[in-house]
Amino acid sequence: MGKMATREAYGRTLQEIGADEKVVVFDADLAGSTNTGRFKKDFPERFFDMGIAEANMVACAAGMATCGKTAFVSSFAMFATERACEQIRNSVCYPKLNVKVCASHAGITVGEDGASHQCLEDLSIMRSLPNMTVLCPADAASARMAVKAAYENDGPFYVRLARLATDSVYGEFGEDVDFTLGKAHMVKDGTDVTIIACGYMVEQAVEALNILESEGINARLLDMHTIKPIDKDAIIKASKETGCIVTCEEHSIIGGLGSAVAEVLVENAPCPMLRVGVKDQFGRSGTPAELMAYYHLTGADIADKAKKAIALKG
Amino acid sequence: MTPEQRKELELFSARMRRWVIEGVYNAKSGHPGGSLSCTDIICYLYNVILNVDSQNPSDPDRDRFVLSKGHCAPALYSALGLKGFFDVNEIKNLRKIGSFLQGHPCKAITPGIDMSTGSLGQGISTAVGMAMAGKLVDKKSYRVFSVLGDGEMQEGEVWEALMSAAHYKLDNLCAFLDYNGLQIDGKVDDVMSLGDIEAKAKAFGWETVVIDGHNFDEIESAYEAFKANQGSGKPFFVICKTHKGKGVSFMTDDPGWHGCAPKEEQYNIAVAELDAKIAELEG
Repeated sequence: MGKMATREAYGRTLQEIGADEKVVVFDADLAGSTNTGRFKKDFPERFFDMGIAEANMVACAAGMATCGKTAFVSSFAMFATERACEQIRNSVCYPKLNVKVCASHAGITVGEDGASHQCLEDLSIMRSLPNMTVLCPADAASARMAVKAAYENDGPFYVRLARLATDSVYGEFGEDVDFTLGKAHMVKDGTDVTIIACGYMVEQAVEALNILESEGINARLLDMHTIKPIDKDAIIKASKETGCIVTCEEHSIIGGLGSAVAEVLVENAPCPMLRVGVKDQFGRSGTPAELMAYYHLTGADIADKAKKAIALKG
Repeated sequence: MTPEQRKELELFSARMRRWVIEGVYNAKSGHPGGSLSCTDIICYLYNVILNVDSQNPSDPDRDRFVLSKGHCAPALYSALGLKGFFDVNEIKNLRKIGSFLQGHPCKAITPGIDMSTGSLGQGISTAVGMAMAGKLVDKKSYRVFSVLGDGEMQEGEVWEALMSAAHYKLDNLCAFLDYNGLQIDGKVDDVMSLGDIEAKAKAFGWETVVIDGHNFDEIESAYEAFKANQGSGKPFFVICKTHKGKGVSFMTDDPGWHGCAPKEEQYNIAVAELDAKIAELEG
């Protein structure tokens, strides 16, 4: 199967749902990068470039949503969720409008552009906003399903998309793969430890499964594509059935997937848990592969953490 | 405008001011100064300009109104209550737990509110989005109106919004600037001067007029100019010279009344002044 970035899957899915005249798309001078340019090509009368002014873009989209439109808003995750954070809170989430913030270039794999463009806090920030649903798809096929879920369901959505073209986990882009909003997808069942990952880290976790299997460890892997509302049942079940958990995210370990899983565990089914993620640091320039190694986000890092978590079971 | 029409508008404004004081006094907090400075503009909007129906407040073809200076919600609530969007007596519960009249406008729970506002700068952007929906997507004839504060013009987002409205040629959009010259910390010119605001709005591609924001004949002429301007491709900016606290003698032009409720004695004086005005206009 060929590699495809989730941002490209987003652009192609916009072309698919764009026949609906309620769909409008906003971008802030990044239509080529975010892939909204694909929608612009097919539906120019419903595409609006707002220039490099993300705050105004988000609030304009909110205004348009009050007029019955489903407004998709795109920029790099850095600028969509942090420059325009308060507009998302007060003009989108508070009035609970149909604005779908689909932001690309999230995470460390942005690569050479470096820290100013590597957004590592978006899941944490978006997750804390009332009325917001937060999705972080793992591959192109599931990204298409995530964008369609955002389109089909009412209210504010944040969909985290990546720059890097990555392998398929679910299937080829365009297939109606198994993706249920709010339900973790079990990539592989197992009994010794549960790895819960999101986004590009699912691919890394698949690599970790191979390492662990070669050492006789039978790990479960959940793709937690819906960060909010998070699938509590799957987390509690993982705790009870495998006894320890490792979370993996291409994001700060503060406030993101790891925090969301920990919140469920401590209140419901405490068990040893370790987190793989960027440790309260900024990113830096480098190739995506170099950065994944530098910040200890590789399959080998996940496998190490899994073994440590198993040891903590005592 | 006939003398009778003018008198009707003055009476509606006086009643709005009476409800602004009633609401803020009962809430023991709120923003009377700015509410009173934009009362006449909002009065004219709801009595003459806006094609809205209190019995069908979500009509997709209605004109839109966004109070970008959301802290002046008491003025908006007074107009909506007096126009029957809800029982005007609810204003006595302004800001109280359980009331649908929040400290700042909340679209989700208050009939007649087109957009939640309160965080300055965002309202005008949402109004731009509504005007884009009407003109560029749905090709409908509704218009979009917004009232901004002068302190609000210090927000960078306002200038992003002005730029985008001109870029998309939104001549269905009209912004009223409630230019009372005062903000929380004092005079706008001392805190952060707006400079030549008319020249700036023009430079951003808007058509402009400057009026007395308490004179209904001038508000009407601005509205007529806006209508005449439709088709030009330029959004319309009305700079309204106003007085903070207008209509209550001791609040007028005093920045101290930006965000402060009257004590009982002050409430009694304000009510006596406004009741006298209402009686005079009714007489």
